[in-house]
Amino acid sequence: MADLENNGLPRESMGERIREVVKDFGIPRFIILGFLILLIVAAKVLGLSMPQLLGSILTRFGMNGILVLAMIPAIQSGTGPNFVLPLGITCGIVAMTLSIELDMTGLSAFLFSAGFGALLAGIAGYFYGVFQNKVKGQEMTVGTYVGFSVVSLMCIFWTLVPFKSPEMIWPYGGSGLRVTITLEKRFAGVLDNLFSFDVMGVTVPTGLLLFFALFCVLTWLYMRSKSGIAMMMVGSNPRFAESAGLNVNRLRVLGSVLSQMLAAVGIVVYAESYGFLQLYMGPLFMAFFAVASILIGGASLKRATVTHAVIGTFLFQSILVVSMPVANLVVADNLADVVRIIISNGIILYALTRKEAGVDVR
Amino acid sequence: MTSAQETRTTQNAVPPIPPTKKKFELAYALRSNAVPLFFLVICVIGAYYSGLSLPFLLNEIVVRMARNSFLVISLIIPILAGMGLNFGIVLGAMAGQFAYFATVNWQIAGLWGFTLTCLLSFPLAVFFGWLTGKLFNSAKGKEMITGIILGFFANGVYQLINLYFMGNLIPIRVPEMLIPGGYGLRNTVDLKIMHYALDNLWKVRISIPGSIMPIVVPVVTIAVIALLCVGMHFLFKTKLGQEFRATGQNRHIAEVSGIQVDKIRILAIIFSTVLAAWGQIIFLQNIGNMNTYGAHVQVGTFAVAAILIGGASVSKATIGQALMGTLLFHTMFIVSPLAGKNLLGNVQVGEYFRVFVTYGVIGVALALHAWQGKAKRKT
Repeated sequence: MADLENNGLPRESMGERIREVVKDFGIPRFIILGFLILLIVAAKVLGLSMPQLLGSILTRFGMNGILVLAMIPAIQSGTGPNFVLPLGITCGIVAMTLSIELDMTGLSAFLFSAGFGALLAGIAGYFYGVFQNKVKGQEMTVGTYVGFSVVSLMCIFWTLVPFKSPEMIWPYGGSGLRVTITLEKRFAGVLDNLFSFDVMGVTVPTGLLLFFALFCVLTWLYMRSKSGIAMMMVGSNPRFAESAGLNVNRLRVLGSVLSQMLAAVGIVVYAESYGFLQLYMGPLFMAFFAVASILIGGASLKRATVTHAVIGTFLFQSILVVSMPVANLVVADNLADVVRIIISNGIILYALTRKEAGVDVR
Repeated sequence: MTSAQETRTTQNAVPPIPPTKKKFELAYALRSNAVPLFFLVICVIGAYYSGLSLPFLLNEIVVRMARNSFLVISLIIPILAGMGLNFGIVLGAMAGQFAYFATVNWQIAGLWGFTLTCLLSFPLAVFFGWLTGKLFNSAKGKEMITGIILGFFANGVYQLINLYFMGNLIPIRVPEMLIPGGYGLRNTVDLKIMHYALDNLWKVRISIPGSIMPIVVPVVTIAVIALLCVGMHFLFKTKLGQEFRATGQNRHIAEVSGIQVDKIRILAIIFSTVLAAWGQIIFLQNIGNMNTYGAHVQVGTFAVAAILIGGASVSKATIGQALMGTLLFHTMFIVSPLAGKNLLGNVQVGEYFRVFVTYGVIGVALALHAWQGKAKRKT
């Protein structure tokens, strides 16, 4: 890979290389990193409990990780960050409500939700992928609004679905499911509490992190497989891929399927760790935070790796976790939310306006 | 609807067109008018099942046309300049709201307050538009998604300024505007002093026989909108208007023929942002109070959905389509909750359906455009 990047040009000197790396990393990411360090220093000065903060960073890292991983197949197959993530998320939520309706509990409920959700999302991803091939060049804009319309269409579904489980319907009757469903008696924390241990006051959600690591390894392995490399080629240069005999459209559909399946598993893990299931408008903006996370990790609109996803999720979630109590002590609680909006959308804007090599090759 | 009929009759009147071409034109006529026709049918069905009386419905439509048309028309110039749907008009709306904060703070009432708000919003909107244009120029081909994200980003900055700087770094004289803590604007800002400043200048009541309620027409507001339409019409006849069009048709050819494309694109966005600011000011003087943190959020989405429902596309829009779209979209707004209740026994379903249509119509219109663009590239 390294040889390929050099394209037979003379090797660059070390200084140039560092400059290249710094340029690739980008000023916004330095600002974000600096901001995080500032926050941590502030937290230390304000006397916040470091082990507690670290514990929640770890939990939130594992909780959001798979949703961010879902960006990788989409970006690599050349369809840009997956703004239509709510599609897969909705499939995962449908599977979870079904598991409650069928009165499943514990690990089996979790595995059923993840598996069935992934199946539904795979089907949805296939159809969306076929549709997406018709709108090449506008995937992001179309995806944003298709995602929004799926969420609002599902609102009608949640209002009319004839589920009977008393945990999901409103306590005083009426039609439709509750806005927030607690998973306390279902599968909340099955991963978080699995093999979890305390070290120096930090609670490590081992099961959750292992599950995330498993998916990281799977994605990493897939991206190195024949099909993964073909997908990367399709993403980086569709014309070249086509002339090399690859079926561009099929690989793009495959990217969409994998991305949506990861999204479904991701939301099940998210709900498991969070302990609540958010219906209706809950998933509306989830795609933006996932997109922002992977971009913070160093991905671009055309290239993303597992490392980008891991670093990005860690940085973004750390900022969220640390900024909340710091902002609470210094100014007001709402500030953390405002900071999150500015950072996540700022980094997306940065990625959108960056000139990329080989743009618009179709 | 009339234009569809016209095209069909002219086609019937001229037989010697080769069949393939005729087929194509019929399909084209259907496709270009299918969207408004479809929504017209939905509106009529919805209006029937909502059980609202016709005078009430007409009254509501007049009110909503008067307050929303300006915002929708502000989208036309960037569409013709080839920049797609300007989701960045959210920034224009913010400029209008900032101007309102100033005039409410100085307690300038009535038409003078309204005029001053418009004047104050102008430099702000020009500045925001210039920034947006710059940003769009460095994201060519991705203007729409950039506009959407820019709207979210700007909303974050807007919240930062209004929650933490107002009353703090920016002095506010009127204590009712602030949260009791001493800084940060309240959730709603009262615009009572400028309520109906424009609408109430001259109101004509048209009484309908057989109904107690007359239809109230805010003549001046509608005259302002008409003036904008006429001005827009003439703008496209000027050199600048032609440059907008040329840029929209083909950036490279325009560049070669001596048009400063980047400058024209920025100018198009500035026009749009300023119009959006004034549109939002007209909108808010009709409402009479401002949801500080929410009034601007959906401005882009609603305006875009309206113009698309009127039959516009990402690269083509007329004033007629903008007005038609506003009419249909807001009729749907009025009737959908009640129609949902009467048809499905649930108010929420009608509401969700409307939200779904708002987002869905944008998704479908964008998809259709990308689809056509792809077909064009292939040939």
